[in-house]
Amino acid sequence: MTRKSVTIDGNEAAASVAFRLNEVAAIYPITPSSPMAELCDTWSASGRKNIWGDTVSITEMQSEGGAAGAVHGALLAGALTTTFTASQGLLLMIPDMYKIAGELIPFVMHVAARTLATHALSIFGDHSDVMACRQTGFAMLASSSVQEAHDMACIAQAATLESRIPFLHFFDGFRTSHEEVKIELLSDDDLGFMMRDDLIKANRSRSLSPDRPVLRGATENPDTFFQTREASNSFYLACAQIVQRVMQQFAGRTGRSYDLFEYYGDKTAERVVVLMGSGAQTAIETVERLENQGDKVGVLVVRLYRPFSVDHFISALPKTLKALAVLDRTKEAGAVADPLYLDVFTALREYGNAEGTHLAGVRLIGGRYGLSSKEFTPGMVKAVFDELRNDKPKNRFTIGIDDDVTHLSLPYDKTYDIEGGDVVGAVFFGLGSDGTVGANKNSIKIIGEETDNFAQGYYVYDSKKSGAVTISHLRFGPRPIRSAYLLRQAKFIACHQFSFLEKLDMLQYAAPGAVFLLNSPYGADEVWEHLPEEVQSAIMGKQLRFFVIDGGRVAREAGMGSRINTIMQTCFFAISGVLPREEAIDKIKGSIKKTYGKKGEEVVRRNWAAVDTTLDNLHEVSVSGRKVSGRPRPPIVPDQAPDFIKKVTAPMMRGEGDRLPVSTFSPDGTWPTATTQWEKRNIAYEVPVWDPAVCIQCMKCSIHCPHATIRGKIFDPALLSNAPSAFQSVPLHSKNFGEKQFTIQVAAEDCTGCGLCVTVCPAKNKQDPKRKAINMTPQAPLREQQRENYAFFLGLPDFDRSTVDTIDVKTSQYITPLFEYSGACAGCGETPYVKLLTQLYGDRLLIANATGCSSIYGGNLPTCPYTTDREGRGPAWANSLFEDNAEFGLGFRLAVDAQRNQTERLLRGFGSVLESDFVEEVTKPVPESDKDIALQRGRVRELKRRLQSITTQEARRLEMLADYLVPKSVWILGGDGWAYDIGYGGLDHVLSTKHNVNILVLDTGVYSNTGGQASKATPLGAAAKFAAHGKDTNEKDLGLMAMSYGHVYVASVALGAQEGHTLKAFLEAGSYQGPSLIIAYSHCIAHGYDLRLGPQQQKLAVDCGVWPLYRYDPRRADAGEPPLIVDAEGGKRPVSEYMTNETRFKMVEKLDPEAFRRYAAESQLAAERRMAVYRHISQLRLPASKGGGTTPTEGPAETSLQPEKEA
Amino acid sequence: MDLTTTYLGLTLRNPFIAGPSPLTGRLDTIRLLEAAGIAAIVLPPLFEEQISNEQMAFFHSIDTPAESFAEALSYFSEQEHAIVASEAHIAHLVAVKKDTDVPIIGAINAVTPDRWTDYAIRMEGAGADALELDFYFVAIDASESGEEIERRFIDVLRRVKESVRIPVSVKLTAFHTSLAHFARSLEAAGADGLVLLHRFYEPDLDIKNLEPLFRLQLSDSRELLLRLRWLAILSGKVACSLAANGGVHSVEDTVKAVMTGADCVQLTSALLEKGSGYAATLRDGLAAWLEQNGYDSLRQMRGSMNIERIPDPRALSRAHYMHLMDSWGVHYKGG
Repeated sequence: MTRKSVTIDGNEAAASVAFRLNEVAAIYPITPSSPMAELCDTWSASGRKNIWGDTVSITEMQSEGGAAGAVHGALLAGALTTTFTASQGLLLMIPDMYKIAGELIPFVMHVAARTLATHALSIFGDHSDVMACRQTGFAMLASSSVQEAHDMACIAQAATLESRIPFLHFFDGFRTSHEEVKIELLSDDDLGFMMRDDLIKANRSRSLSPDRPVLRGATENPDTFFQTREASNSFYLACAQIVQRVMQQFAGRTGRSYDLFEYYGDKTAERVVVLMGSGAQTAIETVERLENQGDKVGVLVVRLYRPFSVDHFISALPKTLKALAVLDRTKEAGAVADPLYLDVFTALREYGNAEGTHLAGVRLIGGRYGLSSKEFTPGMVKAVFDELRNDKPKNRFTIGIDDDVTHLSLPYDKTYDIEGGDVVGAVFFGLGSDGTVGANKNSIKIIGEETDNFAQGYYVYDSKKSGAVTISHLRFGPRPIRSAYLLRQAKFIACHQFSFLEKLDMLQYAAPGAVFLLNSPYGADEVWEHLPEEVQSAIMGKQLRFFVIDGGRVAREAGMGSRINTIMQTCFFAISGVLPREEAIDKIKGSIKKTYGKKGEEVVRRNWAAVDTTLDNLHEVSVSGRKVSGRPRPPIVPDQAPDFIKKVTAPMMRGEGDRLPVSTFSPDGTWPTATTQWEKRNIAYEVPVWDPAVCIQCMKCSIHCPHATIRGKIFDPALLSNAPSAFQSVPLHSKNFGEKQFTIQVAAEDCTGCGLCVTVCPAKNKQDPKRKAINMTPQAPLREQQRENYAFFLGLPDFDRSTVDTIDVKTSQYITPLFEYSGACAGCGETPYVKLLTQLYGDRLLIANATGCSSIYGGNLPTCPYTTDREGRGPAWANSLFEDNAEFGLGFRLAVDAQRNQTERLLRGFGSVLESDFVEEVTKPVPESDKDIALQRGRVRELKRRLQSITTQEARRLEMLADYLVPKSVWILGGDGWAYDIGYGGLDHVLSTKHNVNILVLDTGVYSNTGGQASKATPLGAAAKFAAHGKDTNEKDLGLMAMSYGHVYVASVALGAQEGHTLKAFLEAGSYQGPSLIIAYSHCIAHGYDLRLGPQQQKLAVDCGVWPLYRYDPRRADAGEPPLIVDAEGGKRPVSEYMTNETRFKMVEKLDPEAFRRYAAESQLAAERRMAVYRHISQLRLPASKGGGTTPTEGPAETSLQPEKEA
Repeated sequence: MDLTTTYLGLTLRNPFIAGPSPLTGRLDTIRLLEAAGIAAIVLPPLFEEQISNEQMAFFHSIDTPAESFAEALSYFSEQEHAIVASEAHIAHLVAVKKDTDVPIIGAINAVTPDRWTDYAIRMEGAGADALELDFYFVAIDASESGEEIERRFIDVLRRVKESVRIPVSVKLTAFHTSLAHFARSLEAAGADGLVLLHRFYEPDLDIKNLEPLFRLQLSDSRELLLRLRWLAILSGKVACSLAANGGVHSVEDTVKAVMTGADCVQLTSALLEKGSGYAATLRDGLAAWLEQNGYDSLRQMRGSMNIERIPDPRALSRAHYMHLMDSWGVHYKGG
């Protein structure tokens, strides 16, 4: 039977089977498993059916814990049910996993195995998550390739029905889940063949039904629990045989044969490696090479890890075995050894003891590899085999790193390469937004599906969301491709962004005689002179064929903006000769039609036009007779950077972090802050340039800048004497600070070029209103000059906030931000809030950050955007988990308060020595004003000075704790996915206490970081993942829920609508001594529009009433005033006007115009109803406080109602 | 009273057609219009530029952020079915046809020659009873002559006519050097009708914020006068159908339009202002007016005041201007 071949990734391969073999799925997004759930949701929404012809019910839950609960319920009630998860999500499912296994319910969950967060979070792949489940009673089936992910999904489903043991089917996150490769697809008939109706019927007959009631989940006591627990043993004993039988049945049907433990290599091998997951493919490939060289080696691939069948394991090993290395892709700190090793050890020991066999003398060693998707290469496999040959091999080792501390690591040959000569490799360097990866995915599909070749695509992404570099590794050739590691030598290298030449050594990948394709603004005649020395050298040295195209110009002329992907793809096919040129162009066009046809004929037309003009613009550069004459690549960080930056951060920035040895790193995951300043990414094509003649000094540009790259300062005119000649400043309009100069300065090398500052600038040039007080201008010619200007600007004295009584929008922006140059998306709607927070509280700020966008741009290495002031103070930041952040932040508060109390207790003990008046002065509550904080810092300095003369231990303790006498501001940050969904329980609990914490919800109305899944903050009618046809319920009113406590300060803000209102809310929340909640409207790329327009859209959201502005201050209630002030109540524009500006709503309109209109009408009504409730509350006068409750330390910033509210 | 008329070869129960507006873009309001007795409905035009821009905006908003960050390789579900705007437009036409009994006229405003025919064919396939080619165009290219523009339009019309069997009308603006000549050329190229005249959306200025101001100005009866002049002139020179568009707000306006040669009138501002039920008011009012003024039918009145029959045809030409200037002189006090 001929089966369809498709080129898909591991996630789709597994989901394709899971969808077709289940009736219900309860899901929750988590990287790298999210695409499995998303695909199922899309298929279900598009009307696809499972093999029985039924619609698959897909429900997004509030957390993985919730998903597991729903799965458990659906299973017990009789539905074939599945779910998908990874990492922390899998941990949250563990309690239900015990239950499901304990109840012997057939079930398969699919896991894209991912690193568990320990000293740091990592989204990449290893087995630490699945290994944390090996004790739950689930069977564990490992896939080592995309084809296996497809096949094992089916085998697991068949086996679970027969064995009644639930299955955890897993494959390596990213390496398999995101690797695209050509596989043979199982048809519905194949799947139907594997599913036994009698087992499905038996499963259903065991389900809960009032027609045949039984009790499940009883509570048992000492008399019965133990026996009942043992009663399931026979199921576990039978499981391995059942899986084996199912695998045989599968092989009979498909011709693809699998074993529980599958041996590859020499039948008389003496040295064998045991492992599971994608590393197995690399090991098999290496073993084949070594075998050809006469080595007696083999690899045993573990497929059914649990229940671990000792018999099957032993019988799979060659009889000639002398030495065995077990490779674990996880770390169990403090354990005797890692888990797979322990299982193998036990198996060998038991077998040896019982039989006294040939295996009794086998040498056994165990090692760790590949944590967090660390590369696992043939060179590493070979090193392990070499180690097995040693008389005294390392019993415990690591491979793939340089452990210069505990010296566990094995050395390996980094140049060892076994890539077959018939495999063509190509590496492409692209910019995230230029579409390179998308085009390469198409190319892989074209090659895989339209030719007899096998093809593989793997994509490496950046840790930054703006200006991200993508590296695509493509392989294709006549044989199935197993290499589960990055290309090392390629025959085709493409650089899609000219500026990368200055940063990345991409020609390290070029094999001698390879092709180098460069997207260059310079033509074939002039490009050579613009290449860095290293690039020229590599081209000459490796005798590369060198091609250029001005892809940017071709794209612009075809109306494609900066999307150069199809142009570069056409070049690839034209040069590489994978297909005849004309045929390749036809295929590319066909693929464009298939990919973009549903987005509109115009998109297809323009892409086609780009393809049609590509070849005329592609030129080969003759390199004969050229000389290496270019300038060397500039150093990645400047000389004045601190040592740590030069030795650790800089290599990471160059993509050479793999080479850093263990000793480089802090063992507890502590990293310095203030490091983005050394990156100088130069990613903006255009940057804003200030025109002081037009500027009205409003500082809007600064407050809205997401990256703190446009800043203002006021300073003494005398300081201008040292200014660079191009530095601009004008007298400050306001005379509140005396005679001062005013300047706006751009950090041109850090700016992302989002243009948001220009959009918000209200000052227009009267002669040419197209121009404003800031105007976007090409960056490259300005770079040197602006670098000098910015350095001078930073050297100017910082604004002393203690000199002002009231901080307004302007003065807030004179304060130096302590959050700068983050990797957030260009135009991000969240970061301006974070930046403002650091301007107001940065030098005494602790941030607990929920996992999500804000933890990525806040804490994703290599650099950290949180920085310090001249005193070395700055935000202290930490991320615990996604689900626990409110509690985590509360912990900060508890610790700060405890230490502050301890300080006071110690201090009072020194009352007589330090003078009791001074002690009283320094211990009295400090109002949260900058002046008072500054005074208190002075007192603490004085205290420390006085303590120096006291020699007791107590004095030293007090010295260390003294800074706690200066109030610390604890802020709990996260997105709506955290606050509304997964972390809501904790958030609610923290709000229910009276502790002084501030919660800032950066509300994008969607799970932004994981790619736009719906949350409970997703507005009615918005299309999001898991709500493809528009979310059909209103967002929950988190603010109103918080108000119901009465003692919580609550504000809803939108910086784009009213900067002053946001500022006021931040100041009020900070000064309130109880819990505060600020819900901040944050525009996001997941809303689907040009983020330059973010502030305008925020204003529209406020004007139409979908986002009211309000402040609920319990202090007002205590003062006998209504606690709620509604600052903007909408009604100025129709909600539909807001909705039609964003793709998330428009998409629904395109799919179903009537639904869109219905949603618009319902949203309008919902906004009006919500406002009616607020209006009502804002007119309530509550009984005044008669003592008790939170003690206000100062009055609210505003006690009167707005005049219209009083009327 | 017999109010029937023939427009583009279609027999209409009265001369009132709903011109393209938000009211004809929704099924619920179309139902109301039909219930109010409207004789035919022109759907909002399928604007090529709008569709192109929207498609590209969609494309960029969805595709540009995709595939650049490992955790979020996309931000929207890949819909398995088409979401392009023109499809929605065609889907609306199909739904309207299914739901109504009156003739439905599809309107097109395209830029590239292929699109005019492409959209025309799709609209015919979707069941449109006729097409209205909306030549709304501002000639800002100083290198293109009036002759070239007119040739381009005629070419478009010819190609559309070759592609479809349903009748095709052309909606004209007043800004042609020789409207009569152009009208005749269009008729020669196959136009089944002319719609006179397009109202330009004219942006205003916000002089404080230094921005253009876009606001919809509804027409009033004064704007009808320009239409009356050209109806009167053209109805004597072309044989194809004529529709008045712009400024018809009352029974009297309708009477004037028909008298100058219109087969029907397109109502847009009047309906937006007074609601879809106003169509019934006008219909009944027209019948009463004809009755009161001794007419047997609407047809009897058509063209009675066109350039051929109007008692003083000079009123429609240059002399009319001279006359006005003279009379203005009487009242002008100078200063």
